[in-house]
Amino acid sequence: MATQHSKSAARVMISPAVIFLLGWMIVPLVMTIYFSFLDYRPLRGVKECCVGFQNYERFVTSSSFTESVITTLIMVGGILLITVIGGILLALLLDQPFWGQGIVRILVIAPFFVMPTVSALVWKNMFMNPVNGLFAYLFKFLGLEPFDFLTQAPLFSIILIVSWQWLPFATLILLTATQSLDSEQLEAAEMDGAPVLSRFFYIILPHLARAITVVILIQTIFLLSIFAEIFVTTNGAFGTRTLTYLVYQRVLESQNIGLGSAGGIIAVILANIIAIFLMRIVGKNLDR
Amino acid sequence: MARAVTTRRKTITTIVAWAIGILIFFPILWTILTSFKTEAEAIADPPSFLFFNWTLENYTLVQERSNYFRFLMNSVILSVGSTLLGIIIAVPAAWAMAFVPGRRTKDVLLWMLSTKMLPAVGVLFPIVLIARTLNIYDSYILLIMVLMLINLPIIVWMLYTYFREIPGEILEAARMDGAGMREEILHVLTPMALPGIASTVLLNIILAWNEAFWTLNLTTVKAAPLTAFIASYSSPEGLFYAKLSAASTMAIAPILILGWFSQKQLVRGLTFGAVK
Repeated sequence: MATQHSKSAARVMISPAVIFLLGWMIVPLVMTIYFSFLDYRPLRGVKECCVGFQNYERFVTSSSFTESVITTLIMVGGILLITVIGGILLALLLDQPFWGQGIVRILVIAPFFVMPTVSALVWKNMFMNPVNGLFAYLFKFLGLEPFDFLTQAPLFSIILIVSWQWLPFATLILLTATQSLDSEQLEAAEMDGAPVLSRFFYIILPHLARAITVVILIQTIFLLSIFAEIFVTTNGAFGTRTLTYLVYQRVLESQNIGLGSAGGIIAVILANIIAIFLMRIVGKNLDR
Repeated sequence: MARAVTTRRKTITTIVAWAIGILIFFPILWTILTSFKTEAEAIADPPSFLFFNWTLENYTLVQERSNYFRFLMNSVILSVGSTLLGIIIAVPAAWAMAFVPGRRTKDVLLWMLSTKMLPAVGVLFPIVLIARTLNIYDSYILLIMVLMLINLPIIVWMLYTYFREIPGEILEAARMDGAGMREEILHVLTPMALPGIASTVLLNIILAWNEAFWTLNLTTVKAAPLTAFIASYSSPEGLFYAKLSAASTMAIAPILILGWFSQKQLVRGLTFGAVK
């Protein structure tokens, strides 16, 4: 049994972590909230208090905000669609017995460990470049016009790059979940003559439901702040400016701190809505 | 009863799985191959896969031109430094939460996790401002602190899930033998917790190594790690594929190797125990 003594000792042991995280979260966030109510443009020497909700109003009503939200939704949605469906199929495949399972698993997981700037640059130059990229050669070989991915389909190209990076994550988690599936249940269904598709929809998919939810939620949180891939490939041009990137540009490029901070707070609120759902699932799991 | 699998089916699965595995791995393989080509061969039409004159000149050129090892050292210092600092802060916290859980332990854990979900852009300007005011912009101390703070929730969480698996009876037995809290941690808990701590360290070094928002926005030269070094290749156009590949290969090789060791911990570390 925990004594009073050990309880207060425990509190002391937890406090550094709590204080650090509290400082990390509260101090900058309060500063951002404060800045969001200022007209603050350091490059022009403007710093005026307090403009009320003007920054929020201007940020939300600007066409770039609407565009960035749509871009974000398409980008995150597209990546989720590819990684979740691809992840389920890959997990089911890797769960089958075959020769060299360990090596194939390593090959499939590898992209997750490639740093974002590397994967963006490699894809941009060595694959998607319309002159010297490998895709250009492939297109020419097939007798097609080379396709300039990053100018003609920039959003799709980034979705492809990021999906490649996150497919291993989805696969690994779904594979872990697949392996905990009771194989006797599947066998019974097979013996009863249930076809492959109905086995998939009535046994496998319900079993994976929670893992899929977790993959979607965790990826969404990480994907909402995709930065390096956009920074390296299009720098936010050609309709690839996500909400995160818009805020970054307002704050660091055009140095409109007030407006950017208001955008930052909006991004925080949107991310928190998703975070709440994830926390519920994680919290439920803690009780067991 | 194990499922009977016919050899035919196993052969087909093997072929399909290997084909897909190689396809997914191909961009990495291609980068590694290109790094051994000359710049002319790197953009040769048609591209050659294996039959070219293998050369190491790109590796020496990258080092000579851009002082690659400086960036490598910075990556090592930042990722290892931030992880170790995080471990020092997180071990006592995770220990206390796992073995002396209070009424609010669950809330504290979830709250810590929620800090991880704060979008970085929301606090970008304040952090830049604080860094400039304290005159620590582009310094090790700033980057180590920031990387430590963004990974601290994951470190605490991972350690907590590992510590919770250590049976409490062992601690009670040690306590009966008169061990104090210090002895408990040093002589009983630490040896049992070491594998968990090692996996946590490994995964967090990887995460810190690949972190690209803060390292791009808070460094210029002095503390810039490999993420920033590679991003500097994005501007000049022209014949630089082989050098880009050599630089990329060197930037990802150490982490690929570490990553293969930590693939099992990845699930635990990034799903916060929600998938087992």
